[in-house]
Amino acid sequence: MMFEGFMVNAWEVASIVAVVAGVVGFFTVLRGAAFAAHSIPNGSFAGAAGASLVGLGTLFGLGVFAFAGALGIGLLGRRGRHDAVTALMLVMMLALGALFVSFSSEYAPEVYSLLFGEVLGISANAVLPTLLLGILCLLVVAILYRPLMLSSALPEVGEARGISAFAMELAFLGVLALATTMTVPVVGTLLIFSLMIGAPAAARSFTDRPAVAMALSVAFALAIVWFAIAASYETNWPVGFFVGTASAAAFVLGRVWAYARARMGRRPSARPSPS
Amino acid sequence: MSAGLFVFAPGFFDNEAVHVALAVGTAVAIVTAVVGVFTVMRGQSFAGESLGDIGTTGGAAASLLGVGPLAGFVAIDVLAAAAMELVGVQRVRGRDLATGVVLGAAIGLAALFLYLDTTQGSGNGSTVTILFGSIFAISSATIPAVVALAALSVALIAILYRPLLLATVSPEIAAARGIPVRLVGALYLLTLALATALAAITIGTILSTALLIGPAAAALRLTTRPLRAMLVATAIGIAAVWVGVVLAYDSYHWPPQEHGWPVSFFVVALIFLGYLASGLVKWRQEREA
Repeated sequence: MMFEGFMVNAWEVASIVAVVAGVVGFFTVLRGAAFAAHSIPNGSFAGAAGASLVGLGTLFGLGVFAFAGALGIGLLGRRGRHDAVTALMLVMMLALGALFVSFSSEYAPEVYSLLFGEVLGISANAVLPTLLLGILCLLVVAILYRPLMLSSALPEVGEARGISAFAMELAFLGVLALATTMTVPVVGTLLIFSLMIGAPAAARSFTDRPAVAMALSVAFALAIVWFAIAASYETNWPVGFFVGTASAAAFVLGRVWAYARARMGRRPSARPSPS
Repeated sequence: MSAGLFVFAPGFFDNEAVHVALAVGTAVAIVTAVVGVFTVMRGQSFAGESLGDIGTTGGAAASLLGVGPLAGFVAIDVLAAAAMELVGVQRVRGRDLATGVVLGAAIGLAALFLYLDTTQGSGNGSTVTILFGSIFAISSATIPAVVALAALSVALIAILYRPLLLATVSPEIAAARGIPVRLVGALYLLTLALATALAAITIGTILSTALLIGPAAAALRLTTRPLRAMLVATAIGIAAVWVGVVLAYDSYHWPPQEHGWPVSFFVVALIFLGYLASGLVKWRQEREA
């Protein structure tokens, strides 16, 4: 059955991941940091490959590479073009990953699961670390909430009030790295990226109020993940496929809603009368 | 042992795979440098990187359908570029969102296609090959198609050059002069899709992004003139490919024994160092000025 035995772990872990993705993703979309949200999880997989090579834990390797990538993007981005630097950090980490993979012979199947996730195969002892890292991640966001929100929405006003945009950038990238470390080992890089973009982008189409948008973003992320697990269980197709396409669908839905509302607002006479 | 023999391990100049790698690598380095200068100037690195990733979706789909992978890469990248344009990649605000949404959906499809590929039994190691590519794995039969695509991409840039440059530097002035800014941007995105597809399939997605962004970003820190930047970027790209191939060939004798280090590692590392070095050069120039 869909709700029994090993499936409970999948539901629990995916729900924790969705909440974190909804919250962190809100800031990602607000800051226009989709490229970093793609690069840090993707590049950090190299850390997993490296860790398995020297006999350390996957989580440790992922964490080291996620934070190194975040730091590299933040520091190099200060003097260079931000998106070009992000691309360079990503390919450097991936190239190291290719090197590590070439050194070990048995790694290939794990590449697939790190990229696309094996949500249905989550073991019970993955739940607690995910939960703890998830709480830590949300705690950091809660502490940073006001300065990060101001610096993301109105960087100039933030600077005027003494909030360093650079410090907030590093803090945000650190939160991304933390979210990466907790989510990639259990759900893969694709799932977390899609959730972080699709759900909050859709949410922002429905409301202008930040707190409401963040709540909606979490709700959408949860809905997408739950739908994906159920659909994956029924069809046996990969969860990543459903998360990726459902996230894109949510985004399109949000856009259609915003477009329709703008049109109706401009031409009140065209509004259908309630019958 | 002479110095030449030490750098070029025995057999380097007789090796067919090395010849193909150098020829294709050089062609791709030229195309990515020319296209990449505009990618970096326009702030479309994310799109360039994504199109490389998305190409693998086409590769996975092509292997599922039994079509040649090159067709799959090109078709999906052109489709993805159209989708990004439709969602709104042309506006600076929301650009990375449009790219990200298309990328997320495409990787989702890749997950499905790769899953179907493996369940239908056509090889398990293909995931890694599709995702990373290998410059030593190119067959010489694909070279004509690669050269044709490369020529097409460079020709498109040459035709678009003047309006594209103005639309990139100052969209307002370009629009005032009657240049269809959005159309020019869309055509550039199409060129980027073609160049990225060809780069991703020949040298893999990692190298494709590295060659597209790295040399161009380094060159643009050294000079602000686009044509000169293209020349400098081409030189950096070709140098990285050649030195990388030589090092990879030499690495067959490095630990761990019996297989070489990946070419992509060497080329990317060289490009990364080149970018850092360009920052150093710029910093010294600024200090002297």
